[in-house]
Amino acid sequence: MDDEPGTEEQGLPEMAGPVIYYNETVLEHFVCPRNVGQLDDQETDGFGLVGDPICGDQMKLWISVRDGAIARIAFRSFGCPGAIATSSMLTELADGKTIEEAKRITDDDVVEALGGIPERKRHCSLLGVRALQAAISDWERRRAAGDGRP
Amino acid sequence: MIYLDHNATTPLRPQALEAMLPYLRERWGNPSSPYRFGAEARSAVERARARIAEALGCQPAELVFCGSGTEADNLALRGAAQALRGRGNHIVTTAIEHHAVWHTCQALEREGFRVSYLPVRPDGVVDLDALTASLCPETILVSVMHANNETGVIQPVERIAALTRERGIVLHTDAVQSAGKLPLRLDRLGADLVAFSGHKLYGPKGAAALYARQGTPLAPLITGGDHERGLRAGTEHVAGIVGFAEAVALASAEVEAEAQRLGTMRDRLERQVVAAIPDAAVNGAAAPRVPNTSSLSFRGIDGESIVLGLDLRGICVSTGSACSTGDPEPSHVLLAMGVPARTAQGSIRVSLGRETRTDHVDATVQALADIVERLRGISSLGGEAA
Repeated sequence: MDDEPGTEEQGLPEMAGPVIYYNETVLEHFVCPRNVGQLDDQETDGFGLVGDPICGDQMKLWISVRDGAIARIAFRSFGCPGAIATSSMLTELADGKTIEEAKRITDDDVVEALGGIPERKRHCSLLGVRALQAAISDWERRRAAGDGRP
Repeated sequence: MIYLDHNATTPLRPQALEAMLPYLRERWGNPSSPYRFGAEARSAVERARARIAEALGCQPAELVFCGSGTEADNLALRGAAQALRGRGNHIVTTAIEHHAVWHTCQALEREGFRVSYLPVRPDGVVDLDALTASLCPETILVSVMHANNETGVIQPVERIAALTRERGIVLHTDAVQSAGKLPLRLDRLGADLVAFSGHKLYGPKGAAALYARQGTPLAPLITGGDHERGLRAGTEHVAGIVGFAEAVALASAEVEAEAQRLGTMRDRLERQVVAAIPDAAVNGAAAPRVPNTSSLSFRGIDGESIVLGLDLRGICVSTGSACSTGDPEPSHVLLAMGVPARTAQGSIRVSLGRETRTDHVDATVQALADIVERLRGISSLGGEAA
């Protein structure tokens, strides 16, 4: 498959059957996810929670903003390996970016940075992007209300 | 590698392979050919049929060789439904069947049959009162699996047979996960149709059988020549059938001792998991189960992540049935038992087998404890009720 260069590099079968094969980059982010954890309340300028409260994957994401840029980012994720790896990669992409740059990060960017993800797991990459957007919206709300940092 | 996914498939027994080889090498004749070279292959197929019949307690003529357990289930359900269409259009099954039965029943619904999917109790056993209440004059077929592929929970097929027999309803059971694991006597089980498969009991893939009690109405799915008494056309997979019979005979001879050995190890696994890992649960533990299967749930984490974590340490387990791996939906079996969706999402299936040793179990528990702890450290559900 065109969007799965990683699986081809490893010589694994294409994702035609029921089994999901992840490439080495995805596996590495699954084993050692970046920016896992949470920011304490004083440090948090924006918080995003996405996912159904009853079932399915869920993600929480915290950002700390300094001078219009993401100074710290942290996440916690309940989900499949695809959800954990894409969340990890998203935080790596967003870390240090200005808010305007961070807003433009798409799920395609996350998938591309991971070198591809099985088609059936593409929806996972949206979870992190939506959590980041929710955290940015929260930051904007707090700022408008006068209790956020610039 | 530590392989603990024997409900998905099992390694081929060396004796089964040895029995097969002559029919892949020199005795490659067609069992339907009218000369002695063909008769040699025919004789091998019929000897295999007789061996399985003797091992499982039925008549050789009551066995139809098929290509897979799924095909055997399809032949049973579609074949009986079609043959009995003139008598009624109602089929009863359960909410915990393997996809081979479940999706076939859904296909029959699209063909105009009415299907009732019975609930199960929290222990995973079908509710017999609900089953009795579901039967009506239009009911032609009941299909209840013998042992569940995910939890190992054994269904009371003998008691269900008493209910269907007195009403003249055909009873099918998917025994793919019980054959070779329980002492199976087809004459005493009471079901009219029983599906079982070679590769789940250390035989080859591509060889399975449907037991069809003499006189059970059945229409073929595959038409063509007069193979398998007209119930399954197509040149027989001679080597596969021979290996299948070898595996069935060997499994039957040692089933009781092996069941005891596996049960002891399974209990050890579950005891250690519950002791070493907080918020771990065993699904279906209150019901009778096949001795090799353990369905485990871990609060706050995802089953597929556990499976990958174990895979990266060389340990093979599964989230549920192999057919649904990668399916984002949690197990329909656990949901039917009333397990909350998030807990079901955090479940794995461990299934032990002939080559499993105690140190495999202990190493798996250790790896599992590490992985669960690591994933809970990432989880957004930490500290919440899952």
